Amino acid sequence: MTAPGRHDALRSLLGAWALGACPRDEAAEVARHLADCPECAEEASRLRGAAAELTPDEPLDLSATLRRQVIDWCLGRRPPELPIPVWAGPYAAESAKLDALLRDLGPAEWQEVAELPWHGGVQRWRPAEVVCHLTAVDGYLARTVGLPDPLGGARPPVVGRRPPAPRVPQRGEPADVLDRTLALITAAGGDDPEQVRQRWRRQSRALLQAASAGDGDGGAPVDYGFAVLPLRDAFLDRAFECWIHGDDIARAVDYPYPPPAPAHLHRLIDLGARILPRLFAARRAQPVPAGSPGRALRLVIDGPAAGEWLIPLDGSGGSAEPVAEMALDGLEFCYLAAAHRDPDLIPVGREGDRDAIRQVLHALPLLSRP
Amino acid sequence: MSSSDEGLALRLVRGEETALGELYDRFAPLVHGLALRVLDDQDAAEQLTRDVFAQVWTDPGRWHPGQGTLRSWLGRLTHRRAVQRLREDCGDERRIAARSAAASAHHAVASLPDPLREAIAPGHHDGRTYRDTARRLGISETAAKHRMRLGLQLVAGELAAPHGGADDGHDDTRPGAHTGACDGFCPEPVPVAGRPGP
Repeated sequence: MTAPGRHDALRSLLGAWALGACPRDEAAEVARHLADCPECAEEASRLRGAAAELTPDEPLDLSATLRRQVIDWCLGRRPPELPIPVWAGPYAAESAKLDALLRDLGPAEWQEVAELPWHGGVQRWRPAEVVCHLTAVDGYLARTVGLPDPLGGARPPVVGRRPPAPRVPQRGEPADVLDRTLALITAAGGDDPEQVRQRWRRQSRALLQAASAGDGDGGAPVDYGFAVLPLRDAFLDRAFECWIHGDDIARAVDYPYPPPAPAHLHRLIDLGARILPRLFAARRAQPVPAGSPGRALRLVIDGPAAGEWLIPLDGSGGSAEPVAEMALDGLEFCYLAAAHRDPDLIPVGREGDRDAIRQVLHALPLLSRP
Repeated sequence: MSSSDEGLALRLVRGEETALGELYDRFAPLVHGLALRVLDDQDAAEQLTRDVFAQVWTDPGRWHPGQGTLRSWLGRLTHRRAVQRLREDCGDERRIAARSAAASAHHAVASLPDPLREAIAPGHHDGRTYRDTARRLGISETAAKHRMRLGLQLVAGELAAPHGGADDGHDDTRPGAHTGACDGFCPEPVPVAGRPGP
């Protein structure tokens, strides 16, 4: 017989019992009670029947293409009063794609370790840690648009397991990317991956809302600690990293992960092509003599994101003469800029000055960071 | 949850493109999944998904909280339009009724408010218990048990209700046992006084 007073407690367990979600001892107690209590037995059988009809939710990884088609179809029928600026479009698409992947991960997949190569090494992080990393760096943009910094009061852990950072911390805040990431991973230590995902997604949505509500030109400076980018370029940088790290997670859990839409890929390549000359300028020991036009390389991108760029190699002079032409696939260009390819092995069409081409191929991975 | 439903609906009315993206991300699996179950054709399901979202985006004032959650309203809208679409191609009422009923279990679960749906979501077969669910959702164990029981009761009630595959629903007239029960759903458990639900 069921002990007096246990009836209500056992009855409240019937839903969990029907779902097979009771610990073993409680499930046994419920089963014994059902033999004695017709009222509970009747409800239990109804709930079991309903539980048997439950099917897993539809797969969430509906194609990214369908998302774009549906949204374009809607916008064609009613233009938005508050559109997402074109420079935030890639981030909107890439954050939605990553979110769909994360919502699809099962408990075992959250335990896999993703490899995130960059030019200084390889980070090995679980998906939730990768998401903390994205949240921490997106936080630079959050501060710029007036949202709270996701780090809040969290401080970088005082441990020696990070490589020496060549960057100058500013104003006592955890200014570099790895510091911020490790601080957030530590702060999120006991959190469920679902909470980590939601925190990132809330922030990415708030960023997109702020971008849409802003002045449209996206000129506000975003301080990364080691570099300053206008907001419109920072959004492209974040779209790039969201895609590349989504790809890193997808590889670890063996899921397919499609590349960005061609128009978005084109913008990401453009950002790389515009930043590269700054890298050359910063690395030059001596400035180009006044009056010298300097050299340039013509970058020809094949594939769906096709385009041409002239990249100055000796500082950002406007009249630099092309001394070489280098043709490669748009995706390969991006993977190389993310240090996910070997510059000596990547298939490239070459014409003209081989050294100039080699210089660009070897400089591209330096744009990567953890 | 209805407060975020109202916020989202307001942003849709204001024409915020970000709200359209959020609407799609939250409900595309529901809309596409239901359309596919009724129509059993990938292209037709994608086309219906486009049409349903376009209807909401071009006329976002159609939904209001009195009609239940945005989720349950979109589920009914999709179900109705999918049955209409099926009827345009096929005059066999018995077949239409069978397809419509096949989608109803899915619909019953899909239309539950988020807190209940999350609590009964499949995934317990790998040994996780209501205690794990409570931790995952950040709620008390009592609340987790309550939501599992209430969620299953609502699904059982919906499955037992007569189904109108043939309802041509001008406005929704489906027997929505859960609609009323969920309208004022509050995420924290009402103390279970004996027997909640139908």
